[in-house]
Amino acid sequence: MSSVFDIIGPIMIGPSSSHTAGAARLGKMARCIFDEPVERVTMTLYGSFAKTYKGHGTDRALIAGLLGFGAEDVRIRQAFKEADEAGLQYEFVESAEPSDHPNVVRFDLYGHSGRHMSVLGRSLGGGRILITRIDGLEVEITGDEHTIMTFHTDKPGVIAAVTTALSLQAINISSMRVFRKEKHSQAVMLIHTDSEVSRDVLDSINAVSGIESVMYFKPL
Amino acid sequence: MKYNYNSIADIAAFSERDGIPFWQVVLRSEVELTEADEAAVLGEAKKRIAIFNQSVEDGLADIRTTPSGMSGGQAKALFDGQPRFLSPLAYKALTYAIAVNEANAKMFRIVACPTAGSCGVVPGVMRAVGDTYHLDEEAYVRGFFAAAGVGNVITNAACVAGAVGGCQAEVGSAAAMAAAAAVAMMEGTTDEVVAAMALCLKNVLGLVCDPVAGLVEVPCVKRNGIYAVHALTAAEMAMAGLRSQIPADEVIGAMDRIGRALPSALRETSEGGLAVTETGKQIAERVRNL
Repeated sequence: MSSVFDIIGPIMIGPSSSHTAGAARLGKMARCIFDEPVERVTMTLYGSFAKTYKGHGTDRALIAGLLGFGAEDVRIRQAFKEADEAGLQYEFVESAEPSDHPNVVRFDLYGHSGRHMSVLGRSLGGGRILITRIDGLEVEITGDEHTIMTFHTDKPGVIAAVTTALSLQAINISSMRVFRKEKHSQAVMLIHTDSEVSRDVLDSINAVSGIESVMYFKPL
Repeated sequence: MKYNYNSIADIAAFSERDGIPFWQVVLRSEVELTEADEAAVLGEAKKRIAIFNQSVEDGLADIRTTPSGMSGGQAKALFDGQPRFLSPLAYKALTYAIAVNEANAKMFRIVACPTAGSCGVVPGVMRAVGDTYHLDEEAYVRGFFAAAGVGNVITNAACVAGAVGGCQAEVGSAAAMAAAAAVAMMEGTTDEVVAAMALCLKNVLGLVCDPVAGLVEVPCVKRNGIYAVHALTAAEMAMAGLRSQIPADEVIGAMDRIGRALPSALRETSEGGLAVTETGKQIAERVRNL
């Protein structure tokens, strides 16, 4: 059984859990993943997102999420104005390309430093989301749990060292997946934990040989 | 777990075993599942009940139309009018349910129940019953957990998304939840709660999801009102002693099979039904050029 608050919930701004609440969460997750202020963003919409985004307020919800607002935040309604005030530049591109899911968005994020990152995600319904790709690397991030994500080199011992660092702090792993582009190249580790992960633990993971960077996302 | 239910029959059996109402089984199960204390769970429910009521107010107060031009101000028109055919209670449920869905269409805060497209039925029915009988917050809590238990079973045994099971899964589930809530608010028996949700769900089977222009407006907004009244009809029958010949869990199974048998054009793709009528297509074209 689910929690009854997943059945009578989420608390959200209308009109659609997949097109509005999910969109806001996708924006918020993209913001977390980019991990620096977004100066400019291009959002490419696929499938039903591309066809109905204006009527569902998907555009406002995506921007609101990028500004850090949650799916229940009434500021979603005036997200365009909020973006102007925050100095966030945005554009929407409607793609006619086929996609493997009805509600897909790609964020092309640009920071002040000129750094660019591409984040691909989908809205699964009921406000649930899945980030499926970051800069060409396949991932699976839902934003429902405490999540550690590492970028690292695919070589023996990295995974063991990371899980050891967690076990030393008595942090229980609920699920874990490893993705790589190809053998010995860049890889991504996604670890879900039952409890919050402190800065110290992240630092100790960052110190592991082969780890390039570590990110941590609290549940959205 | 003492209250781990997977079916309506499970909830009814726990209710009988421990001599507690249907809704109380659902509350106790939630406390067990989340390892939270009961006060925290009740607090979370009351927070949602408060948003139910706020979204009724929002929908009645804001009479603007949506950007699509399809909805807005219709709950207020009912509110300012008088019932001719319905009881005052049913008329209120109709009005309040539409108010919540209008609020949803205009980007106010709502609680998905179980979805955003069907968010008006349960709050509309609960508010109408609560207003009419001057019930306290505890009555709303009883209604909330009865509705949640029904919704939880349907979600896990079948589906509540229009894209998966058509509108019978979405507004149909909401109506079944509302029927259970109405009986629980009136302190009906577990048999009455179960009969209300089964009679309600049986009579929405086959309802398709064909939203005009892909938006949660036509037919969704007024449909929430109409099925709020439907839920009360089922609750009325149940409390008069009528029972469903087909057990509740079998009705849920039937709903799931029917949903999956529906053609994709009638499952939220807006490629069939009302969405492809001449007027539906004109509206879709207008919305595309907004």
